[in-house]
Amino acid sequence: MANLISGAEILFKVLEDQEVKHIFGYPGGAVLPIYDELKNHKSIKHILVRHEQGAGHAAEGYARSSGKPGVMLVTSGPGATNAVTALTDAYMDSVPLVCITGQVPTHLIGTDAFQECDTTGITRPCTKHNWLVKDVNKLSSILHKAFKVATTGRPGPVLVDIPKDIQFKKGKYIKPKELKDKKKVNINFNEKNNDKEIEQAVNLIKKSTKPILYTGGGVINSGPEATKLLRELTSLTGFPITSTLQGLGAFPGNDSQFLGMLGMHGTYEANNAMHDCDLMINIGARFDDRITGKIDEFSPKSKKIHIDIDPSSINKNVNVDIAIVEDVKIVLEKLIFSIKNKYPDFSNSNKKMIASWWKQIEAWRKKNSLGFLNSKEVIKPQYAVQKLYELTKAQDTFITTEVGQHQMWAAQHYKFDKPNRWMTSGGLGTMGYGLPAAIGVQVANPDKLVIDIAGEASVLMTMQEMSTAVQYNLPIKIFILNNQYMGMVRQWQELLHEKNYSESYTAALPDFVKLAEAYGCVGIRANKPNELEEKIEEMLSVNRPVIFDCVVDKEENCYPMIPSGKAHNQMLLGKKDEGEEISEEGKVLV
Amino acid sequence: MVKSAYSISNVKEKIENHIIVVWVDNEAGVLARVIGLFSGRGYNIDSLAVAEVDKKKNISRITISTSGTTQVLQQIKLQLGKLIPVHKVAGFSKNKETLLREMALLKVVSSKAKLEKARKLCKKYKYTVLDKTEKSFVLEVSALKKEIDDLVKKLQPLGLASTSRTGVVAMTKGPEIYKQK
Repeated sequence: MANLISGAEILFKVLEDQEVKHIFGYPGGAVLPIYDELKNHKSIKHILVRHEQGAGHAAEGYARSSGKPGVMLVTSGPGATNAVTALTDAYMDSVPLVCITGQVPTHLIGTDAFQECDTTGITRPCTKHNWLVKDVNKLSSILHKAFKVATTGRPGPVLVDIPKDIQFKKGKYIKPKELKDKKKVNINFNEKNNDKEIEQAVNLIKKSTKPILYTGGGVINSGPEATKLLRELTSLTGFPITSTLQGLGAFPGNDSQFLGMLGMHGTYEANNAMHDCDLMINIGARFDDRITGKIDEFSPKSKKIHIDIDPSSINKNVNVDIAIVEDVKIVLEKLIFSIKNKYPDFSNSNKKMIASWWKQIEAWRKKNSLGFLNSKEVIKPQYAVQKLYELTKAQDTFITTEVGQHQMWAAQHYKFDKPNRWMTSGGLGTMGYGLPAAIGVQVANPDKLVIDIAGEASVLMTMQEMSTAVQYNLPIKIFILNNQYMGMVRQWQELLHEKNYSESYTAALPDFVKLAEAYGCVGIRANKPNELEEKIEEMLSVNRPVIFDCVVDKEENCYPMIPSGKAHNQMLLGKKDEGEEISEEGKVLV
Repeated sequence: MVKSAYSISNVKEKIENHIIVVWVDNEAGVLARVIGLFSGRGYNIDSLAVAEVDKKKNISRITISTSGTTQVLQQIKLQLGKLIPVHKVAGFSKNKETLLREMALLKVVSSKAKLEKARKLCKKYKYTVLDKTEKSFVLEVSALKKEIDDLVKKLQPLGLASTSRTGVVAMTKGPEIYKQK
């Protein structure tokens, strides 16, 4: 007779076998048996958040900075509904997340019981898959499968809903290797024969005179090996390379072949190169609408190669000439091997082919599209991010962000040279992501510097998690670019809605320094450009959580910008492009 | 300038009809996953037929009649293929190689003369009378959608009182069956 243990204990056995070290959660009636069992499993540390959305974003930050799945544990009803934003966020940005929810006892399901909701129904569109467990003997196999689904193929969130009676019931635990997966698991991407596509791709690479590599979060999700291979491919081909928001860090931000980020707030050179190229190699990106601009004028003259692990990404928004559906790492290996094999002298012979293309790119670069008019009176947000970068680049720094102008300035002006150092909500654009994400990043990387570059509006959405940071001595730094506006909303209202700043100004903001003190952490404020450096140094010297209130220009806009309905080659470059006076000293070169 | 942070679509493409067949694990919620994918991504469902087809393997076959541009039809198949309980997805073109059938139960309540007329009308369709009284009859018709549409239209003035129709089901001609990959 096999050893029978409770459902709650089975859950922890699974977590132990899946080598889970941290879970982010919040207790409640329907998960009490699980919380009761927690004390018996010392290898698993529970981080108590202040809101279930915070648990989700913390688990996301944990996952994205560590490469391991994030695990969250919440109760039924409101616990589950509060997790929905984080699950959707993880779904959009392909973050592996395992969410365990409690549910009312089986016999009460469907009776509108206290704290009951249709969790699997609500989360069906925002998870890769979800399960309602009705038999304790299926619990271990479902949970193991949940981890597999979350972490394989294109990663994403999964949810397992466990009714309270199942947590109490005794059942058999099955180890992962003893699992007999009789059914086909629709998540395996077997080694595919795509030799033909690889060969065609290499031929295009050989022929191209105006190529560009357009890389995305898929490179980072594919693992550190993929990042190395990307660097090898880029140096082998000598091609210019640009990255999406999510892909930043896969290639060094300071490398001369890197054109910066592309898309709505991407650089002039990256977007023009995308528009004029004759060969586009998309590696792990998905032709998102923030990237393409006006779709029917998107890169009209190019052949397009698309490498993606998700078959449904192919031809979803943009039709491509060659599709290679496989893990980025494997495709890059094959491509590099094939180029070296077929054209041993490729990097030399190729230099001439693309010399005039590089000349054109250098001309675009001269526009210095990330430049801005600096000021001695007021802190420009771009200047603040640059200062922060200068003062932190010597150490291994992890950056998270909220959503809005500050996020774009961070993406433009903070240069990453390693993967998994940049955590931002791109697909869903979730304000309030950055603070809890920073908590997750700090838990996964206890000795590293973790900074949330924030906006004052976003950060207030999940501000309560400062309490979590204080409780667990997580010395995260919340660097708020405070312009008192929902800056991106204000910018769009200025440009698209005749400066009708409807409801985008926040009156009665809290005093962030006092707020920090109220939470038991450190508050610092910088008002003037000349005190910024000193204050940032002060922030970095504190080994406690800090809220840094950086008071910036209220009406600065984020440029460059592709206006709506326009193509890549019709960018707005901002005030300095509109012929306003620019003093030489005021022009900050990037 | 267009007043939106999103681009405006002005692409007009041809809409095609298409039959999609999906083999799924017959488990709780699977139909909701399939249908939710259609409603969530704005795809059309013109008709739907679903039943278990393999008791031992616990597999159901879902036949969906849908319409969309070529790109959308391709997306539907790829998105369906990503669902965990989906085993395989097939696209059946509406051509000579595909057999299509829809079944209908039709109840006609009328005078004797009109009932007689209705029966005559049905003659060119394959039908079975399932129930008959002096005032009424119930027919079972199995035919193409268009044929049933026609019949329903013609029976309406003759006292068609109730109509129940299945969605379309499909199968390829010849000895081959659909295999994925």
